[in-house]
Amino acid sequence: MSSMLSSALRNLPVSSAWAAGAFTRSLSCSSPFQAAAQPKTKKTLGKTGVKNVVVVEGVRIPFLQSGTTYADLMPHDLARAALQGLLTRTSVPRDVVDYIVYGTVIQEVKTSNVAREAALGAGFSDKTPAHTVTMACISSNQAMTTGVGMIAAGQCDVVVAGGVELMSDVPIRHSRKMRKTMLTLNRAKTLGQKLSLISKIRPDYFAPELPAVAEFSTSETMGHSADRLAAAFGISRLEQDEYALRSHSLAKKAQDEGLLQDVVPFKVPGKDTVTKDNGIRPSSLEQMGKLKPAFVKPYGTVTAANSSFLTDGASAMLIMSEEKALAMGYKPKAYLRDFVYVSQDPKDQLLLGPTYATPKVLEKAGLTLSDIDVFEFHEAFAILANLKAMDSDWFAQNYMGRKAKVGAPPLDKFNTWGGSLSLGHPFGATGCRLVITAAHRLKKEGGQYGLVAACAAGGQGHAMIVELYPQ
Amino acid sequence: MAAAVRAIGSLGRLPAAARAGPTRHTPPRGYACRNISTSSALQNRTHVSCDIKGDVAVVRFNTPNSKVNTLSKQLSAEFTDVMNEIWANEAVKSAVLISSKPGSFIAGADLNMLEACKTAQEVTQLSQDGQKMLEKIEHSPKPVVAAISGSCLGGGLEVAIACHYRVATKDRKTVLGTPEVLLGLLPGAGGTQRLPKMVGLPAAFDMMLTGRNIRADRAKKMGLVDQLVEPLGPGVKTPEARTIEYLEEVAIGFARGLANKTVSAKRSRGLMQRLTDYAMALPFVRQQVYKTVESKVQKQTKGLYPAPLKIIEVVKTGLDQGNDAGYLIEAQSFGQLAVTKESKALMGLYHGQVHCKKNKFGTPQKEVKTLAVLGAGLMGAGIAQVSVDKGIKTILKDTTQKGLDRGQQQVYKGLNSKVKKKSLTSFERDSILSNLMGQLDYKGFEKADMVIEAVFEDINVKHKVLKEVEAVIPAHCIFASNTSALPISQIAAVSKRPEKVIGMHYFSPVDKMQLLEIITTDKTSQDTAASAVAVGLKQGKVVIVVKDGPGFYTTRCLGPMLSEVVRVLQEGVDPKKVDAISTAFGFPVGAATLIDEVGVDVATHVAEDLGKAFGPRFGGGSIDLFKLMVQKGFLGRKAGKGFYVYQEGVKNRSVNSGMDEILEKFRVPANPDVCSDEDIQMRLVTRFVNEAAMCLQEGILSNPVEGDIGAVFGLGFPPCLGGPFRFADSYGARQLVDKLRKYEAVYGSQFTPCQLLLDHANSPSKKFHQ
Repeated sequence: MSSMLSSALRNLPVSSAWAAGAFTRSLSCSSPFQAAAQPKTKKTLGKTGVKNVVVVEGVRIPFLQSGTTYADLMPHDLARAALQGLLTRTSVPRDVVDYIVYGTVIQEVKTSNVAREAALGAGFSDKTPAHTVTMACISSNQAMTTGVGMIAAGQCDVVVAGGVELMSDVPIRHSRKMRKTMLTLNRAKTLGQKLSLISKIRPDYFAPELPAVAEFSTSETMGHSADRLAAAFGISRLEQDEYALRSHSLAKKAQDEGLLQDVVPFKVPGKDTVTKDNGIRPSSLEQMGKLKPAFVKPYGTVTAANSSFLTDGASAMLIMSEEKALAMGYKPKAYLRDFVYVSQDPKDQLLLGPTYATPKVLEKAGLTLSDIDVFEFHEAFAILANLKAMDSDWFAQNYMGRKAKVGAPPLDKFNTWGGSLSLGHPFGATGCRLVITAAHRLKKEGGQYGLVAACAAGGQGHAMIVELYPQ
Repeated sequence: MAAAVRAIGSLGRLPAAARAGPTRHTPPRGYACRNISTSSALQNRTHVSCDIKGDVAVVRFNTPNSKVNTLSKQLSAEFTDVMNEIWANEAVKSAVLISSKPGSFIAGADLNMLEACKTAQEVTQLSQDGQKMLEKIEHSPKPVVAAISGSCLGGGLEVAIACHYRVATKDRKTVLGTPEVLLGLLPGAGGTQRLPKMVGLPAAFDMMLTGRNIRADRAKKMGLVDQLVEPLGPGVKTPEARTIEYLEEVAIGFARGLANKTVSAKRSRGLMQRLTDYAMALPFVRQQVYKTVESKVQKQTKGLYPAPLKIIEVVKTGLDQGNDAGYLIEAQSFGQLAVTKESKALMGLYHGQVHCKKNKFGTPQKEVKTLAVLGAGLMGAGIAQVSVDKGIKTILKDTTQKGLDRGQQQVYKGLNSKVKKKSLTSFERDSILSNLMGQLDYKGFEKADMVIEAVFEDINVKHKVLKEVEAVIPAHCIFASNTSALPISQIAAVSKRPEKVIGMHYFSPVDKMQLLEIITTDKTSQDTAASAVAVGLKQGKVVIVVKDGPGFYTTRCLGPMLSEVVRVLQEGVDPKKVDAISTAFGFPVGAATLIDEVGVDVATHVAEDLGKAFGPRFGGGSIDLFKLMVQKGFLGRKAGKGFYVYQEGVKNRSVNSGMDEILEKFRVPANPDVCSDEDIQMRLVTRFVNEAAMCLQEGILSNPVEGDIGAVFGLGFPPCLGGPFRFADSYGARQLVDKLRKYEAVYGSQFTPCQLLLDHANSPSKKFHQ
């Protein structure tokens, strides 16, 4: 998953947070005008015989660094807030919703089907079934595509998809030995049996078991893998710091300009209403350069400042078949078009999912990279490695079995409202943020196609084409 | 023999060390070159190159036309040259030593260079040259960083530990070690002096006396390397190319840091380490360590191997009398050891091993991707284990669920023990096991490229199995029989396609024993042989290829020796004594224990078969003694009783008292003229050697090299003697024949020397190994 980065990030001097606010790489500002002027000659991607699936609305509660305002809540509380936000925004009648799918990664054992608990608490009908999916960082992507599948198959018309992650509280277990003793204790009948079991407990039984932050198959943490990946593609510390700075600066700008319309306020019980993401802190290259490597010590390049922090958050999205949405009088935001899931070597290519998924989804949709107007890529770790890999013929030929590279997305169309690095990355919730951001950017910038891509633990990846709904 | 012969640990894995192979010899460049301008010197260099990256010099080793780098004369001379330039160049503040070959830093000294030396003095001189060079590096005013990727062994390790800092790639190929002892040598370029200071006395002794390979992560823990670099995956280059480039970049960073003092070469030592160091500084404690180690070595080597004792002496001298005395005795001892017959024997085995790691039949037409093993017994499961972990899809078939379960559990256990030793992750274990398919029927055999049968040793069973298998396998599929004695041509007699039938004789335990004896019949096709050898090599085996005949080569040599063991027992020597006498000669396992390990029933079976085939030459001990043992259930280790009693968890096994009666029943009078300890040893060994020579004479063996390898790695022939043929050379064919004649006079034709030995005896210039 991720690593305990937040504390290190918090050590960054606060003053620097605004210092680079005026960071002047104007990467994206001009694009809306150009794109708007572009003639609309592109085809639409609808397929005959397949229902068009549209996004009516997508919201998220503010993404907060873990251990902050959401610290005392439970995951389903966050999910509930996102669902309520969606209901408020859309005023969708509760009984219309056919199904609810939620994504999450680290499961709270009390609410293992968090989708159902949240839906009940958010005031959805108790007649609406709900299930939870998990696929590491692309869990909510999986939730969305599950919904897409249900609608396309004609089984549902209205699906709510979303994702939630609460890293402020993760289940920490007793050791296996202790668990075994405790379970056996349950079955012990006499006091004698119980005492004899208890007497077998040794100090090491009390050692707690933390949820794995490492890849199960390789025992490598994601940050460590990201560092190796950066080295494999020859990406320097400076490049990574520069990218992180860009992400924070763009996010800050988007936040200040009020572009992050997917955020819904959340009144946290006992606390103030949260209205803004709190992880956006543009620093300076100098400040970032002072940090020590977090994983490959002492000479690595991935630091707390150039990777994403542990985040709490939730998102929710209303997906419908096009005709249902129109019949109900909604104005859809975007079509959800072709999507792919990919997987590759979890050891050496753990985070290269977008590299594999991008050409595949483009091919499927009959598009090329230049057809895409906005790119929304998940950028927790290793985003630069993906950009380099996508731009390498050698990699495409030797590892992806392709004739040529797909090419790197132009940065002026890439994550221009910030990304997982700066906005935060609640594992289970990021996918919906990517899709709705792509839709909002398409509208704002006048594009037609958006490409969403993300990597996930286990060496998996996802990409989807989002098409702006005709205005 | 199908069953266990535990090979001596030390030879278990000969060093990748000297896996040098013959390197191309370019005449050593004269020192005159140094006077020529730098640029021309650069052009002339073929083994060492130097790049200047800012203020860091990167020295690259690259022995041309070889998979590994070796410290040859040429490489050493060029290295010295380059270092002198670096020291003279003001712009350079530090240096990095690295190899251009990802799989090898420096794999050791060039063996050919050592073997070319005629006298101990010459070798001593080589050692002293090396010592001087490395001393200069150690005292270099500009920090030198060793960037280690791949094998860093022997002389290579000595170069690395002379440097000020070591960065190593954390991959499987990167191993550090001092395998000199396995070649009867010692680390001769300052290693015996630097290593104890670097890793502490106990660890240094362990490294030098066992010659074991140490993986990079372990080396980091021991303080042998300072930093690790994780191997990289594919990026914009191949993983190998980019990883070594990355290693270089990281090493350059540390070299620069050392030069400008932002990095300290001092290691923080743990409490335990500091305590140990403190203790080792006390002469009294050191004496105790020497004593313990010495007695351990004595016990294990029986004084047959001079190198370990020398190592202890050299280390001791260095620590007690200072560096100068230490370096001097190191060089002298290195020279002395290099000319010992033990060292020559061990080097001979090393070369033989390299020879037996090649496929002389070329590349087979079709690679074996799916293998089927029949019989999930010890052998079958063992074969399956060494196949699945090399990525071969393996079907393990047995006739009963119980047998199959046992076999699958054996494979799991074998792999899991590697997980416990951390040489495998549990995930890798699981994915390896996914290559294994256990089943009771012939499903999937239509996809098999090779079938190895390891069923019961009975010709009728083998015939039945062969026919069943041939009905289901595809046309290209090879049928291999893992038998220890049944002639392959006899098994192939019922085959519809005898050109596809071959013998593959594995040794138990298959995952530990290195040898594979492949047996070809007159009808076996070249491609079948090529395929079998390729599979064997892939399984990590040392492969010898012999002609078909009763007992092939290994079993046939062992036969007469075991028969003699029985006679010695009948003559009233008790099993413990027989064991002591044979281990004193250098056999890793005592002769009586060996029979228990093999299994008395198996031995009986084989002895009868071979007796029938070869007649009285295989006589000697009474086979009825074996038969009675079988009757009584004294089958050896597997039955818990044989010559000894075996109990779970009991280390000191006692002699089986039930044998007294049996031995008494078959007692024969002993002739005191031929019953001294030495005579008994020679009776066992001469019969072995005579039979081996006969195998060569009859063309069962194609050369003496394979004969030596087969005997040492399959049967535990004393490694210090280098195998039966090397022994015949070093002991003298004349002397051997004399001994045989002496025993022939007492016991008759079992000791009649074969013609080939007689020929060698009659012309002293004739040697098996030139």
